[in-house]
Amino acid sequence: MKIAVLIKQVPGSDSSLPIQNDASWINEEAITYVMNESDNYALEEALQIREQNGNGEVVVISLGPDRVQKVIREGLAKGADRGIQINVDSVGAVDPLVNASLIADAIKEEKFDIVFSGLQSDDLGMGQTGIILGEMLGMSTASLVMETEISDGRIKVKRELEAGYFQWVTMDLPSSITIQSGLNTPRYPSLKGIMGAKKKEINVLTPEVGQSKQSMEKVYIPQSDKQTVMIDGSADQIVEKLVETFRNDIKVI
Amino acid sequence: MDILIVIEDNNSKIHRMGLESIAAAQSISKDKGFSIGVLVMGGNAEGLSTEVSKYDVSEVLKLNNDIISSYSSDGYAEAVKQVIEQENPKYVFFGHTYQVRDYVPKISAKLMKPFLVDNVSINKDGEKFIFTKQMFNAKLYSDMVAKDNGPLLISFQSAAFSADNAQSGSASIRDISVDIDSSMIKTESDEPFQEEAGGMDLTAAEVIVSIGRGIGKEENIPMAQDLAKAIGGELASSRPVVDSGWLSAPHQIGSSGQSVSPKMYLALGISGAIQHVVGMKGSKNIVAINKDPEAPIFEIADYGVVGDVVEIIPKLSEALKEN
Ligand SMILES: Cc1cc2nc3c(=O)[nH]c(=O)nc-3n(C[C@H](O)[C@H](O)[C@H](O)COP(=O)(O)OP(=O)(O)OC[C@H]3O[C@@H](n4cnc5c(N)ncnc54)[C@H](O)[C@@H]3O)c2cc1C
Repeated sequence: MKIAVLIKQVPGSDSSLPIQNDASWINEEAITYVMNESDNYALEEALQIREQNGNGEVVVISLGPDRVQKVIREGLAKGADRGIQINVDSVGAVDPLVNASLIADAIKEEKFDIVFSGLQSDDLGMGQTGIILGEMLGMSTASLVMETEISDGRIKVKRELEAGYFQWVTMDLPSSITIQSGLNTPRYPSLKGIMGAKKKEINVLTPEVGQSKQSMEKVYIPQSDKQTVMIDGSADQIVEKLVETFRNDIKVI
Repeated sequence: MDILIVIEDNNSKIHRMGLESIAAAQSISKDKGFSIGVLVMGGNAEGLSTEVSKYDVSEVLKLNNDIISSYSSDGYAEAVKQVIEQENPKYVFFGHTYQVRDYVPKISAKLMKPFLVDNVSINKDGEKFIFTKQMFNAKLYSDMVAKDNGPLLISFQSAAFSADNAQSGSASIRDISVDIDSSMIKTESDEPFQEEAGGMDLTAAEVIVSIGRGIGKEENIPMAQDLAKAIGGELASSRPVVDSGWLSAPHQIGSSGQSVSPKMYLALGISGAIQHVVGMKGSKNIVAINKDPEAPIFEIADYGVVGDVVEIIPKLSEALKEN
């Protein structure tokens, strides 16, 4: 079983997000980056499948400038066999059609059985790259996957639907599958894994980037017209005011 | 046809977000004189087309055959792609539902046309439109533009437009067909099912104490349980708390979990991402405690505290018990 995992490096949920003066993007120097949350679950699923099968290869692929090598190394430290960096400028990497084309070109000769990716990135949240890639490479596709079972060259996946519903879908391989968070417990890299990762190969590709069909004009902080009553003071004062609010305004105690 | 709206079947009713797409299309069509076509497809197309024809749109397109009578991503993507080619609209509107996430990117790939997703508003800029979407879990917004002449695929976030604003009228219904064969379908789908809710129904609760990732660690869960008890409410959570295994799945509020509208929803260490907010924004009073003054949850909160939940929760339980 040969599995590719698409991993995006995104600002951590605690990172500040200062906007550039020209409002075209955030100031990347000030960001602390992490592996996109659902991609981390996708990687874990790939590693578990490889372990269950006793053989196979897991390749982590990330699109972006050199900083993304950090998440590739993290994937390698967790147990992926090798990495591919598709070296593009992050500001240009907005259009999922362009990004998926770049990844398709990079991997089409590799004949992966499965491509896993997170269902969407925590930065732009386009939620399309894995599915577009699958379509471009003639693979079966499924999104929001919460469980996988492989048998007889087919894969059965549990898809999350709205409002607490699920559905099992069975597909032929090769398949491109987007993973929803929570389907497994992602591992932490071991010390041995971290040491071993240094020796693993990262193949850096620098392709020609196509014309974007959608672009970001302006990034800004949303304005709210909601009147929120802010309660402040010391922790004790806040607690006192909250109890008063519960009793006198909301009337729940 | 200027705008083609694709309506989703929700247990043989129009998915609410379909009506929201109609409201969105109507809002930009007035002064532009756009014609609006609405596509209904699948096994319930007959009944749905009658429902949709009661709205103020130009035309309803009705499509069904053996292969698309129930949903598959390959079938729907191919069918809608062919309808787009036949009708050649400038824009194709969808609600940003889970189903749309599943198959519309395939249409984007087939046609090499951009899919501008999850928009919260549309604004006119001369002849073109600007589509606004949230980024970074609603912390920032971005104005997106298409660099393509279309057809453009556009989806709208839940509640970006109000279904109540969809104007009624009367539209004609036209049968259409597409050319699909079963060899195009690479998936086999079982029936949708619901998992055991463990007897938990949060919809009846008057007070919900809901915790998010800001609770920090599993060891802090009892503190939240204690608060829920002290205030006489039910404990619930955002997705990461369930993903981490700190609380069971039926506790999850949001688009994949339960939808609630209690008298008071206490959001503790929850950022306010849309997939959470859709499950609780109907609450009568939202009280948010978050250490980040810019957390999007404050945009919908009636009462807000900028502070550390791990510090405030035990003190609050204490004070409530004294009362
Ligand atoms: C298709 C799809 C479906 C989804 N379904 C759901 C769903 O049903 N329900 C759901 O909830 N989510 C769902 N999500 C996930 C959703 O997008 C968010 O990722 C999630 O809601 C974030 O949870 P959170 O607010 O607890 O965590 P975060 O976004 O990480 O926010 C944590 C918050 O806690 C604050 N904080 C941290 N420490 C403290 C402290 N000590 N004191 C006070 N505040 C603190 C931080 O400032 C931050 O605002 C879904 C996502 C997708 C893509």
